Amino acid sequence: MIDFINSIVVLLNFVIIPGLSYGSQLALGALGVTFVYAILRFANFAHGELMSFGAMITILFTWFFQSQNIGLGILPTALLALPFGILATIVLGLLSDKFVFKYYRTQKSVPVVLAMVSIGVMFVVNAIIRIIVGTETIKFSDGQKFIMKAKQFKVMTGLNEGLALKSSQVITILITIALLTFTFWFLQKTKTGKSMRAFSDNEDLALLSGINPDRVVFITWLIVGTLACVAGTLYGLDKSYKPIIYLNLVLPIFASAIVGGIGSPFGAVVGGYVIAFSEIMVTYAYKKFFKYLLPENLEPSSLVQLLSTDYKFAVSFTILVIVLLIRPSGIFRGKVL
Amino acid sequence: MRFDKYEWTAISIMLFLFIIVGFVQGWSVSLVILNMCMISAIMTMGVNISWGYAGVINFGVMGFLAMGGLAAVLVSYPPIKEAWHVGGSGLGISFILLIGLVTAVYFISKLVEKKSNKYWLNGLVIFFGILIIRYFFLNATSRIEEVDPALAGFLGGANLPIIFSWVVGGFFAAGVAFVIGKVALGLRSDYLAIVTLGISEIVVSVLKHEEWLSRGVKNVIGLKRPVPYEINLQSSDWFINMVTWFNSSKLNQILDSDQKQQMLNNLIIDSSGLFVKLNYAILFFIVMIVIYYFANKAQISPWGRMMRAIRDNEVSANAMGKDIVKQHLIIFVIGAAIVGVAGAMLVTLDGLFTPSAYRPLRFTFIIWIMVIVGGSGNNLGAIFGGFVIWFAWIEVAPLTTFLINVSTSGLDPQNVIRLHLLNSVPYFRYLLMGMVLLLILRYRPKGIIPEKVRHS
Repeated sequence: MIDFINSIVVLLNFVIIPGLSYGSQLALGALGVTFVYAILRFANFAHGELMSFGAMITILFTWFFQSQNIGLGILPTALLALPFGILATIVLGLLSDKFVFKYYRTQKSVPVVLAMVSIGVMFVVNAIIRIIVGTETIKFSDGQKFIMKAKQFKVMTGLNEGLALKSSQVITILITIALLTFTFWFLQKTKTGKSMRAFSDNEDLALLSGINPDRVVFITWLIVGTLACVAGTLYGLDKSYKPIIYLNLVLPIFASAIVGGIGSPFGAVVGGYVIAFSEIMVTYAYKKFFKYLLPENLEPSSLVQLLSTDYKFAVSFTILVIVLLIRPSGIFRGKVL
Repeated sequence: MRFDKYEWTAISIMLFLFIIVGFVQGWSVSLVILNMCMISAIMTMGVNISWGYAGVINFGVMGFLAMGGLAAVLVSYPPIKEAWHVGGSGLGISFILLIGLVTAVYFISKLVEKKSNKYWLNGLVIFFGILIIRYFFLNATSRIEEVDPALAGFLGGANLPIIFSWVVGGFFAAGVAFVIGKVALGLRSDYLAIVTLGISEIVVSVLKHEEWLSRGVKNVIGLKRPVPYEINLQSSDWFINMVTWFNSSKLNQILDSDQKQQMLNNLIIDSSGLFVKLNYAILFFIVMIVIYYFANKAQISPWGRMMRAIRDNEVSANAMGKDIVKQHLIIFVIGAAIVGVAGAMLVTLDGLFTPSAYRPLRFTFIIWIMVIVGGSGNNLGAIFGGFVIWFAWIEVAPLTTFLINVSTSGLDPQNVIRLHLLNSVPYFRYLLMGMVLLLILRYRPKGIIPEKVRHS
């Protein structure tokens, strides 16, 4: 019995908790991509840079607060700076829409052209970020690092295996739950949310029934900016901020959105967790896990790892390709918000 | 191929720019930029063929370039006998097993009738098959990687002249493109963009981590060259005679023989570097012109007309009896093959293969900017785009340094903002690229040299 609990703890510590926090970050990112896709109708390659930008502004404000000795005690100061980051990200999103995307929307350009345009925006935002903070890795998490250390857990329960709980992971999961609840409540219950769903379902019909398209677009960028900034900051808190990593993050985010069914918010969230868990589960070495479960003479000699960790990113695309082949519209039939 | 006035202007401006760089920064710099410009032009022609002719989006440029680079290694590097000795049989066994697995899956799909049974049976066969193959494969590869890890640790290549790899690279890329095309073509264009981007990442990560094949992140250095080495040139008589002859007027002005010899030596060292770069430039130019010639031929042929018909209206082309899926696959493969040729040339020019250097920003998106800026659907436009964007990519750094110095000249030289800006000079090129792309897409969406509409 003890062995069984030990093996579960191993799994919790190395697979489930990291998977949940990484999945939450992906889910928030994918939700933003899905919103842009459902309402503005294009694949936004600049989303990763939007996340990075939000995280950067948050970091700048965190530094400012730290220099003023304002903090949140055991919580990271970044949480205090987050609203400013969100504001800046929303402004960036609205500016990019006003000066770039709006023109193509009124022209009714094909989605590919808009995707190209978003690549242009990606380059510009990328350059702005690099010019402001460079390309070095930045650690900005402060406050209490662990809620529970592995050792504490061992002493507490008397088990062989420790369970470490990083505060950044818990914060990520809690904020994600709050944000997702709010978003879904907003979409389902409020009038504005309903009008957005109507707009994404059938634009012409929505316009006929008197929905103001500018307002819908405005609200979309509010939501997208918020989601992007929070996702970027949480990823940075969890793994340390690196401006160029967000470009690589765009692909798993797209994969999550498409796997879940692009255009479907619930699908995006599920897709985020599916991608995160499959990335971690396929590349995790199960040796320790089986050591507790199997009798001694059956213990595995190798690492029991399906793929080496180098192929982490490859896993998400493989899933993406398989899903697109078997069920192109994703797990939850996409296209409608 | 006749050029109109506008195209001649574009060509002469480009030439003029290279001559200016030659006089201001030296001919060596000018030639280095020119060489990369020509390779970029070949890449853009590859992308232009699939996107400009047929509207098939290909965001996997990076992956095809990497395949071309791999070809350069596998063709030119001398084989490592010991590695073949310890791991060859294991690899052979796993390869045969893989073929067996594929045939087994094929026959199961053919013979078993019930659908759910088929999936289960196939799943089981694949699972256990891979388990067995993995055993042999990992054994072999780990042995190969243990052979002299500091210098070798991989299988090596075929020890042929590297210039063959330009063709082989095309075939490698075409092979990968065929698989991708079979899987992904038929998806909507923006999905296809994401999928090709993702698969190119997979290709690069395989090259990065399969050390037995490509030496992975340990890189392969010291590849052969298709052109002579500077050191050999400097000691060969004909080259010294040529340099003396070229600079005879300059040398004759100096009377002191010691000084004359000193001057000659300097000239020989300088011109050997120039000569090597010039040789590369000639080789690349030939390849570029050949590809340009055939690309144009294809464009004005009936096949090219069919491609344009498919691009402009898929439904009616289909109604005319054109097999759209097949033609899309063909053109995707051809475009990728040309990109693969460019990839092999790139590695040849550098003389080293570094899988970790393949990043989407540099090797996919910049190429796309080149195509869009130059003019998709027009081969000259694609070449021009490659030249202009690469030229800007390199020359924007000295220009921004200059501009920052001018605009902050009122400030204290140790001013924090000024220093910060000067430190981030390399990043301004991304800003420029983004702005150029946005402006072109907004105000000249068909590119600088647009496609010619042919009425016939």
